[in-house]
Amino acid sequence: MVNIISDETIEYVGILAKLELSDEEKEQAKKDMGSMLDYIDKLGELDTTGVEPMSHVFPVHNVFREDVVTNTDDRENILKNAPEEKDGMFVVPRTFE
Amino acid sequence: MEKQYETVIGLEVHVELATKTKIFCGCSTAFGGDPNTHTCPVCTGMPGSLPVLNKQVLEYAVAVGLATNCKITQYCKFDRKNYFYPDNPQNYQISQLYLPICRNGRVEIETKQGKKFVGIHEIHMEEDAGKLIHDEWNDCSLVDYNRSGVPLIEIVSEPDMRSAEEVIAYLEKLRMTIQYLGASDCKLQEGSMRADVNLSVREVGAKEFGTRTEMKNLNSFKAIARAIEGERERQIDLLESGEKVIQETRRWDDNKGESYAMRSKEDAQDYRYFPDPDLVPIVLDDAFLDEIRAKQPEFREEKMARYKEEFDIPDYDIDIITGSKRMADLFEETVALGAQPKKVSNWLMVETLRLLKENDMEPEDIRFSPEHLAKLITLIDSKAINSSVAKEVFEEIFKNDVDPEAYVEEKGLKTVNDEGALRKTVEEVIANNPQSVEDYRNGKEKAIGFLVGQTMKAMKGKADPAMVNQLLKELL
Amino acid sequence: MSILDMTAVELAAAIKNKEVTVKEATEAVLDQIEKSESTYHCYVTVDKEGALRKAEEVQKKIDAGELTGPLAGVPVAIKDNMCTEGLLTTCSSRILGNFVPTFSAEAVINLEKAGAVILGKTNMDEFAMGSTTETSAFGETKNPWNPEHVPGGSSGGSAAAVAARECFYALGSDTGGSIRQPASFCGVVGLKPTYGTVSRYGLIAYGSSLDQIGPLCKDVTDCATIMEVIASHDLKDSTSVERDDTDFTSALVDDVKGMKIGIPRDYFGEGLDPEVKAAVLKAAEVLKEKGAIVEEFDLSLVEYAIPTYYTIAAAEASSNLERFDGIKYGYRTEEYNGLHNMYKKSRSEGFGPEVKRRIMLGSFVLSSGYYDAYYLKALRVKALIKKAFDEAFAKYDVILGPVAPTTAPKLGESLSDPIKMYLGDIYTISINLAGLPGLSMPCGTDSKGLPIGVQLIGDCFKEKNLIRAAFTYEKARGAFGRKEEN
Repeated sequence: MVNIISDETIEYVGILAKLELSDEEKEQAKKDMGSMLDYIDKLGELDTTGVEPMSHVFPVHNVFREDVVTNTDDRENILKNAPEEKDGMFVVPRTFE
Repeated sequence: MEKQYETVIGLEVHVELATKTKIFCGCSTAFGGDPNTHTCPVCTGMPGSLPVLNKQVLEYAVAVGLATNCKITQYCKFDRKNYFYPDNPQNYQISQLYLPICRNGRVEIETKQGKKFVGIHEIHMEEDAGKLIHDEWNDCSLVDYNRSGVPLIEIVSEPDMRSAEEVIAYLEKLRMTIQYLGASDCKLQEGSMRADVNLSVREVGAKEFGTRTEMKNLNSFKAIARAIEGERERQIDLLESGEKVIQETRRWDDNKGESYAMRSKEDAQDYRYFPDPDLVPIVLDDAFLDEIRAKQPEFREEKMARYKEEFDIPDYDIDIITGSKRMADLFEETVALGAQPKKVSNWLMVETLRLLKENDMEPEDIRFSPEHLAKLITLIDSKAINSSVAKEVFEEIFKNDVDPEAYVEEKGLKTVNDEGALRKTVEEVIANNPQSVEDYRNGKEKAIGFLVGQTMKAMKGKADPAMVNQLLKELL
Repeated sequence: MSILDMTAVELAAAIKNKEVTVKEATEAVLDQIEKSESTYHCYVTVDKEGALRKAEEVQKKIDAGELTGPLAGVPVAIKDNMCTEGLLTTCSSRILGNFVPTFSAEAVINLEKAGAVILGKTNMDEFAMGSTTETSAFGETKNPWNPEHVPGGSSGGSAAAVAARECFYALGSDTGGSIRQPASFCGVVGLKPTYGTVSRYGLIAYGSSLDQIGPLCKDVTDCATIMEVIASHDLKDSTSVERDDTDFTSALVDDVKGMKIGIPRDYFGEGLDPEVKAAVLKAAEVLKEKGAIVEEFDLSLVEYAIPTYYTIAAAEASSNLERFDGIKYGYRTEEYNGLHNMYKKSRSEGFGPEVKRRIMLGSFVLSSGYYDAYYLKALRVKALIKKAFDEAFAKYDVILGPVAPTTAPKLGESLSDPIKMYLGDIYTISINLAGLPGLSMPCGTDSKGLPIGVQLIGDCFKEKNLIRAAFTYEKARGAFGRKEEN
């Protein structure tokens, strides 16, 4: 494997992705990510100088909506799936230390 | 010798745009709804929902860009800024990093030191976050997504400012420009304009910038000035004691007059921006830009110059009146109705400003119509009401936008200037009410009230009660 | 003919002619589900009551002449990553194990308007990440041709449900082959339309720039008919394309004379099972006999499609799946210490290993310092791949090749080595990168008796070429189906 993924990298990516991996999972993730990156490195064989990165396949552009209110109070539906709700709001662990 | 430091300041100003609906969905942006009543699957990040751009947001952003001399990006895109926080329902914010809508602008500011340009690095469009309410009692936070998806533009300046005075002049300039465009009401207190201050210090003469910090939670010009002073001192203290300034985001506590770092180890500050695949690029042709350009209003400087030409009012008045788009519009519309400019100006400068202050309002909150102010001035000019009555009527106009003619009529406030006619009526009343006259003369003070009432009745309410009273006493 | 053996279009015609009622058809298929679901496990949720209630409603509208379309009254299964109002929608993930959407996907609404009776939600690889349906949090689906084998994925439940006659047709979604490959493994017809043809509104995103909804069904006529119903220009989806050529059934023509068909040599190299190769080339031969001009060519860049795809799809997925955080819907961990711990625990317990693997990879390739080297590089290669197809379609109307290198593998054989699993997508993946339409249909069976699929690839917006070639081939091939044991 060319790409050796460090513990720090896995830890860091875990913070970004908000995933907490067990030690066993971490080892597996290091291996998997390393071999995936080795595989992705294959793209380096191609010369892409001057090639524009392509996000959208078609030249579709300027899709807009008019500034008109179309939605009415739908709170009941919005909160329907909430794990915890209070006073019409979503409950989360306190965000202020 | 003590070192001399220079403060280097750049601003990130968020402005809430005055659209009717959110940036990517048809929910209302109106203030004051119950929590989560202005939400839908899009602005609460429901699985499967997709964003569609509100065209008005783009038009406002371009208008602000043109007014601040920016180059408009004619092929622009939205990017996702990824970070987890509960006020951000998708856990990414749709913003612009790679191709912001406007770049390389500048505005001119004026301070006591003179005029200078402040560069605008870029302006980008993005969505606002929801609101977190802290429930101390239950040790949790509550999320309201009514503000989630409200359109914002973020105006990022170059680090061109050197003092709090310049910062405030720059903010005033932006506020004025944007208000004139009608793109936002720009109220700092209500959060429709928010400024984050990027500040660093360096020794005078140094070429490199120092390490900067970003200060958030500044919701008044005073707080901004205090925060700049506080942060400048904090950074100088650090450097003087041989420590380093850490690049970080700090939150200003204006009550305590100090700031604290907002960083945590769970906050990697790595936003993994990439183009949002759910939105398509925006391609703006010259015709579109011309159309927006043609709609640009007369801005403050142009207005000031014109007022000087057209109206015979003091420079001081011009400065105050053009200091608010609402005020200037009101002034011009009232003058257009035939009122004399100086008189209109006086009403705005004295009574209007007094009432705004008393009610803790900003000029943008003025609700009364120019027609009613014009009518009031006509009433005074024709001596139909006197000045003290006029003030009273104006308060009603200010509060409830009443029609002064109808109001004066209804309340019987019109001055009867013909003293002869009034005297005649009073004499008649005295003649017709001998019993009351008798009572009064026998010391029954109250009896005069009846006589005043009779006189008012006879005058159909158009008399000034005080004057009637005075006449009665005189004749009795 | 048994009701269950009818195609969707045949059933609708029979209902229209009052030979069958909607209720009879619904009950027949619900009976079949009851009978064979314990073996195949095609569904995450079967909505028996809802289906029967809907059957009566639809019947009334048909009787009243309000519903006259070619799919009116036909029971359908929906992949569990499309929102269905009031009906559990899990993406086969624990993190959405209790999620009941409050709105329906646009494609589902289009079907309902056409008089569809929704039977339930089909099993899939968790968040459509996988090619065997084994990454589902709710158990694997089995291949109706041989329950020891996988049905393919990620729309394995949909493909298996059609093959097992547990529905008359189904909707699937295809990000890198997720309709075409299970269609191939289960011996049914599947189409991934041109990107933007079917609205993505209400489709729970995996790779937004690649995802597309399409049909899984019994024959090409059904395929064209379903496409006509689900294709729409949706103002709620910015990437939805306005098309005036969605009369797909007009292409149900038994004639390929003069049609130019290209066979990419790079699709027939190392790694392709000889039996699959033979069957696919035989299909090309059949079309040649029917008058098509068939020739070989070099497509190029084929081996770069997989790393390009996994970079882009993982990056988009890592962002798309951030919203699953235990706050607004779905799973929240029982015990936690503060906000970030709640996020981490909910997500770690809610997502399965393959999803976590792709989220980690996606977060990494977008992270500071790697964005240019990985993500932008992949977008550049994507542009090259698109160009290679543009050049091919300057010469050919249709590209013909295999769908997958092998027939359906045995359960449990694929998941151990991710790279090996990803290699199975080699013939399908570049079609998504280039936004092209691709159709998969059966062209034979291997020595184990498992179906082999042939893939027809068209230029953007040229589904009709695929439908015409597929329809012609289907006529020549004759009936294809599994011998029923019962």
